[in-house]
Amino acid sequence: MSRMLENHAKLMHFFASSDEIVGRKKLQKIIYILKKCEVPFEERYQFHFYGPYSEELTLRIEELCNLGFINETKEEKKNYYQYRYQLTDAGNEFLKHYQVELPAMGERITKMKEKSSRFLELVSTMLYFEHLSREEVEEKVRTVKSKQNYTVDEINEAWGFIEEMRRTLH
Amino acid sequence: MAYKDEKLNEEKVFKDPVHRYVHIRDRVIWDLVGAPEFQRLRRVKQLGTSYLTFHGAEHSRFNHSLGVYEIVRRILHNFEDRPNWDPNERLLCLCAALLHDLGHGPFSHSFEKVFKLDHEDFTQEILLGDTTINAILSKVENGFPEKVADVINKTYPNKLVVSLISSQIDADRMDYLQRDAYFTGVSYGHFDMERILRVMRPMEDQVVIKESGMHAVEDYIMSRYQMYWQVYFHPVTRSAEVILSKILHRAKELHETGYKFALKPTHFLSFFKEKPNLKEYLALDEAVAMYYFQIWMNEEDPILSDLCERFVNRRLFKYIEFNPNLQMNEWMELYRLFNKAGLNPDYYLVVDSSSDLPYDFYRPGEEEERLPIHLLMPNQELKELSRQSDIVESISGKKRTDHKLYFPLDRLEEMSNRSKTKKRILEILYG
Repeated sequence: MSRMLENHAKLMHFFASSDEIVGRKKLQKIIYILKKCEVPFEERYQFHFYGPYSEELTLRIEELCNLGFINETKEEKKNYYQYRYQLTDAGNEFLKHYQVELPAMGERITKMKEKSSRFLELVSTMLYFEHLSREEVEEKVRTVKSKQNYTVDEINEAWGFIEEMRRTLH
Repeated sequence: MAYKDEKLNEEKVFKDPVHRYVHIRDRVIWDLVGAPEFQRLRRVKQLGTSYLTFHGAEHSRFNHSLGVYEIVRRILHNFEDRPNWDPNERLLCLCAALLHDLGHGPFSHSFEKVFKLDHEDFTQEILLGDTTINAILSKVENGFPEKVADVINKTYPNKLVVSLISSQIDADRMDYLQRDAYFTGVSYGHFDMERILRVMRPMEDQVVIKESGMHAVEDYIMSRYQMYWQVYFHPVTRSAEVILSKILHRAKELHETGYKFALKPTHFLSFFKEKPNLKEYLALDEAVAMYYFQIWMNEEDPILSDLCERFVNRRLFKYIEFNPNLQMNEWMELYRLFNKAGLNPDYYLVVDSSSDLPYDFYRPGEEEERLPIHLLMPNQELKELSRQSDIVESISGKKRTDHKLYFPLDRLEEMSNRSKTKKRILEILYG
């Protein structure tokens, strides 16, 4: 069938491969990291206060929720609200009619879900500057993320994580 | 005197319908305005295809860029001698404001979607590449083009500087809301900018608003909300965008399948292949694109010529509200029926979603997604706007989204009244 809601379908496929995602910030960073690992999501990202952020992705998720394809649960935390996302039965049904050609990503999603959103913010920020040399990337992290005070260990772990993400095919 | 400090002998002013006057005193700013890469913005409309809905909306990215510069100039005038503000950042802010949209191409929304480009990349290339703009910025000081590029890319270490050009209450939005309202002729989009500028306060990481100015900001948020639904998401404009995107898809597809164009699409070839280089990108402005669309009206390919004729002569697609969840079966049936009717559904049956449009809503910054607007309370505490304002809270809660189904009703009407296919299509579309 044709291209109706092609980008929405890719996101639904992502949720189908991930059981549930907890946290909007985590969701934003996971999609970005996958995108940088050659998964062809088309949502465009810009650098924001908390690292790469896509307004298109936020809007598309809202549409998927309003259409009943994704379920969003809001939980009150100390100073903020936290959101959980899951594919609904209607979403599953829609996907049955839709041929989505995306590389397998289940294993990578599981690994990212295990990490904190602070760590994923670091990884996505490093990927944002990946056209620079390794030293320049680290320098950028120290200047644009000075308040986060990332340690050398965290930065090294992030380099390893990026390699692992790119090595893992499924 | 160092180039960065040079002033013009006399202040230059541009008459402006929104801000009355745009004032220029810095030599650097004056030189940047004269650069070919900046002058090119005169040939890129600010609102893309909206002129087909609002006939006044012919204003350009050039007008808007000058407007953003002027707003930042006024903000910085108010910031003089305030704590947290470093006056050494002044010229950097003015340059970034003026140049923030430099990389926009023709009908940039559709072009970027179809050819998978990002105007922000081209902005960076113009700032840092072999261009007149780069030569001017390089004269200011070593590394200055990189600084301007960082501010526009939002990766400059001083977040206060970034937030002037790009935050949820920034000079960019304040200009385009007022300018787009003025040129479209709608009565939304107006708010008391002078008041907002007076209550803006520089803080370490961001611009905040004195609590007493909350109502002026409420007005700004409301006008933003109304402009999205009344102007930016206008269904007729979306119809024009749909047709334009399909023209670009069709031309690309034809090129890839070896179709011989009567007029070789020289300016599009690099767009069809991969990413065009900067020279190729800058050579294709809206005047050039429109020239091709007019010539392609006479192409042999019936889809390309029809779509171009529709775009040029404003024979747009009609639309109905569409719910892809509840109407999945109808969609599949329509898809089959359109094929049967000889209308390629990949070009003539299009679902368009609100998220296909590039505009954004106010977001209160839940879970640290985006920095929200903060109010500075009398006790110096910062409070997020929607927690203080009932009006803002009410429109930053559940988001309205929509999907529309676009199709050429005229082509369906041309079919014989005895056609069962026609009857069934119209039955599904209109009940």
